[in-house]
Amino acid sequence: MLFLPELILLLGTLSLFLVGLGSPALETVRKLTIALMALVVLATLVSLRQDGSLFFESYRVDLFSQLFKFLLAAATLVVLIFSELSPGIKSEVRAEYYVFLFTAVLGLMMLTSSVELLAILVSLELSSFAVYIMVPMRSSTSAGAMQMESGIKYLLFGVMSTGFMLFGMSYIFGLCGSTYLSDIATRIEPLFYQPAAIIALVMMMAGFFFKLAIFPFHFWVPDVYQGAANETTAFIAAVPKIAAVAVMIRIVSLVSAEGQTVVNLLLVCAVGSMFYGNLSALVQKDFKRMLGFSGISHAGFVLFGLLTLSSQGYATSFYYIIGYAAMNLTCFLVVCAVAPAGENLAIEDFTGLHQRSPFLAVILAIGLFALAGIPPFVGFTGKFMLLVNAFKQGHVLAVVLAALNTAIAIYYYLSVVRVAYCSDPKGPASQVAPSGLTTAVSVLLLIVIVAMGILPGAFLSLTSAAVGTIL
Amino acid sequence: MDQLLINQGFPLLSTLIFLPLAGAFVLLPMRGDEACRYASLAFTSIVALLSLVLVAGFDTSTAAFQFAETHVWVAPLNINYTIGIDGISILLVVMTALIMPFCVLASWSYIKVRVKPFMICLLVMETAMIGVFVALDFVLFYILWEAMLIPMYLIIGIWGGPRKIYASIKFFLYTLAGSILLLVAIIWLYWKNSYSFFIPEMMWQPYGLLPQVLVFIAFFIAFAVKVPMFPFHTWLPAAHVEAPTAGSVILASILLKMGTYGFVRFALPIVPDATLLLLPYVLWLSIAGIIYGGLTALAQQDMKKLIAYSSVGHMGFVTLGIFVLNKQGIEGAILQMINHGVTTGALFLCVGMIYERTHSRELSDATGVGKYMPIFVTFLAFFSLSSFGFPGTNSFVGEFLVLAGTFEFDVTLGLAAIPGAVIAAAYMLRMLQKVIWGGVDNPDQSWITDLNSREIITLAPFLLFVLWIGLSPGPFMEMMDMSVTELLSQFNAYKAQSVAAAEILVGR
Repeated sequence: MLFLPELILLLGTLSLFLVGLGSPALETVRKLTIALMALVVLATLVSLRQDGSLFFESYRVDLFSQLFKFLLAAATLVVLIFSELSPGIKSEVRAEYYVFLFTAVLGLMMLTSSVELLAILVSLELSSFAVYIMVPMRSSTSAGAMQMESGIKYLLFGVMSTGFMLFGMSYIFGLCGSTYLSDIATRIEPLFYQPAAIIALVMMMAGFFFKLAIFPFHFWVPDVYQGAANETTAFIAAVPKIAAVAVMIRIVSLVSAEGQTVVNLLLVCAVGSMFYGNLSALVQKDFKRMLGFSGISHAGFVLFGLLTLSSQGYATSFYYIIGYAAMNLTCFLVVCAVAPAGENLAIEDFTGLHQRSPFLAVILAIGLFALAGIPPFVGFTGKFMLLVNAFKQGHVLAVVLAALNTAIAIYYYLSVVRVAYCSDPKGPASQVAPSGLTTAVSVLLLIVIVAMGILPGAFLSLTSAAVGTIL
Repeated sequence: MDQLLINQGFPLLSTLIFLPLAGAFVLLPMRGDEACRYASLAFTSIVALLSLVLVAGFDTSTAAFQFAETHVWVAPLNINYTIGIDGISILLVVMTALIMPFCVLASWSYIKVRVKPFMICLLVMETAMIGVFVALDFVLFYILWEAMLIPMYLIIGIWGGPRKIYASIKFFLYTLAGSILLLVAIIWLYWKNSYSFFIPEMMWQPYGLLPQVLVFIAFFIAFAVKVPMFPFHTWLPAAHVEAPTAGSVILASILLKMGTYGFVRFALPIVPDATLLLLPYVLWLSIAGIIYGGLTALAQQDMKKLIAYSSVGHMGFVTLGIFVLNKQGIEGAILQMINHGVTTGALFLCVGMIYERTHSRELSDATGVGKYMPIFVTFLAFFSLSSFGFPGTNSFVGEFLVLAGTFEFDVTLGLAAIPGAVIAAAYMLRMLQKVIWGGVDNPDQSWITDLNSREIITLAPFLLFVLWIGLSPGPFMEMMDMSVTELLSQFNAYKAQSVAAAEILVGR
């Protein structure tokens, strides 16, 4: 029962593998994947209140991990639904694509439960390698040869940051003599006067900086976002980041009050991410690339909650990443709907979207305004609470810089809303009509964005309760 | 929370805030442009009528916040849904509620495409605007303050003129960038007031001088952009010129008032020391705005631009009145906010009516219509006279009070403001002369038709208020009197206290 969601996911992966051996109709594969993922979502819901540990205490099942698993599964389900028949993926490997997608989700789910260094490593690699393979599976008709280049870049940067992480882990093991996070937490506390402890922790974080796309581990983002298929990018932009936050919370909570150096370092990374992401996004022409840079700046905001070293801060980061996933998926939903052949979209391609599909235009506008942090959407509420928490810890200058970043960011989000709403299509406008299921999902995402923005209390107490179980 | 008189009966203020929003949701599934127009007219009219109930129940003998409601909203952060109304905000709320039906009427034939989204934007705007004036929780205030940018951006960006994209983005960026530091100031105040966002309890607290100055600067940038004060005004002509008539009216009549309302409600009571320290700069910027706005208006060929620049000048009078910190000044400033809302709103409506006929805002294309549009020019004449403060009209009372307060504060400052009043007469009369009579080279205007009954109904109430406030300002002054008196007595008490504290320090 403790392992139920993962087991279902594993069985689903195997069944998809078996289905892929034949030559199934695409529609059948799609229906199967959606059904399986819906089953996983259900399983995570059923096991939400489970509590226990597995595999020699290296695998914790508690509200924290189960809530994250639910989010991972739900976000993946959303991606599966709006990617329709996954037109951006080579048709001959589409069944295999789903096998890797499921494997990646499995790895990420295990990651949220891992409380031992080797378990963390194994789960991380399980998910990473699956995603590395998903990137170059894009059909070359929609991307030229770009997908190969970005696949290689993703792999190389990923392996490098794993190397950093392993190096850090070896230091930690050397310092503490244990690979269990609970042992490490008590043994590392008196060691924070040593540079070794600080270096070890920061290097260990590097692996997740990579997943979360935090400066200076962000280099893969623009190329991978542009080179990967739209549905793959949607997945990469939302799902691994959720899991990365889970592990980051576990790692950051190892830092004791004396680890001010680590906090300062995280501050620099956070502010650097915001400026780098926002300033680079200003000049982008490709929509996915722009969202990639915006993702870097949002990762900076997530870090703002973590570096407060308070359970309230962790809960807010948790809250923010849920909101971010919803906002980001909303934007990618529109991308997938407007690009039925799976091609890349320039910002110009949204010109006159309000005529081609008024509904999608509203969805896109709300998603972008929310990302920009305009109230009453979740982007504002999340940022506001993150800034309040950082302010309480005395990081006043960083709060001011973060606030300024909001002003920079509005320009590029607004320029997309502008072409979608304020200009008319140049040629004869082809209508865009999302399928019924996609429409339902987009309405659901909208409700999440607005509800989390207006009534954050309920969500915040849920994430606080979840964070409370691990501290 | 003794500053609040909690409303026991029907939640009138919440109804005022949320009824337009409910209207927007009612409009969503509607089909047919005509139905949407009537529905939004109905909703805005009900809100306008309800606002009159508010006036009837308003107690002018107290300075506390009336009709107050408070509910827990986000418990972990101690954010509450707290609203209330006092003498400073009631006139603004009522003005907002009364103007909105006329914005709908003014868009009746002006907006031809995408009528439903336009009306939804108007209704959402109304919710946010009324909310801003009654919010007593800083987070609630900030959320509504920022949220209104979205519908306003869309109103300018979709239904605007040829340079709408430039204008709408400039409007959005300016106002958003301006209010970013306000957010940091709010968080600081929250932290300083033992984690509470309740605005009345932030007032008259002994903060240090340096933080006060920083908070004042944050307030100042946010509010000065909105007012707009010279030199933060450059978004205004662009936005006004490109916005559709209803958008211009909302901008001029209501949105600009939020800046000055912010100064009275927040800057003065929350950071009084910094206000005293920095007030000379603000006052002289106001003078600069008055003179600059007037001179620029004198040179305009585009009627909307002319009125937009005249707004810069008029709002300069308002900020001048606020920061001279005496009773005439502040009461004059608040009255002048209402006057400017009535008069300038009406002038924009007039220009919109010409534009609907000639499809041009150029002064040279509208010369000599007096012969063919007698009713129209009668209205225009009254509003123009009111705009430069002709005795007997509303602006005379407001400007007179502001100038009286200014002279009481400092004679040099008063003398510096006088030319502004003269220039106002010059540019308004110039426009009036050209529109009514023009010259020998008038274009052929004989095909033009005079106002229809819908347009007369739209303009008549504005004229009523121009003359009512002009001839009998007493009832209006009475509404705000207690709150302004209270504000000033608190301010003077605070000043005396901090002077005493400084003397003790020096004495040591």
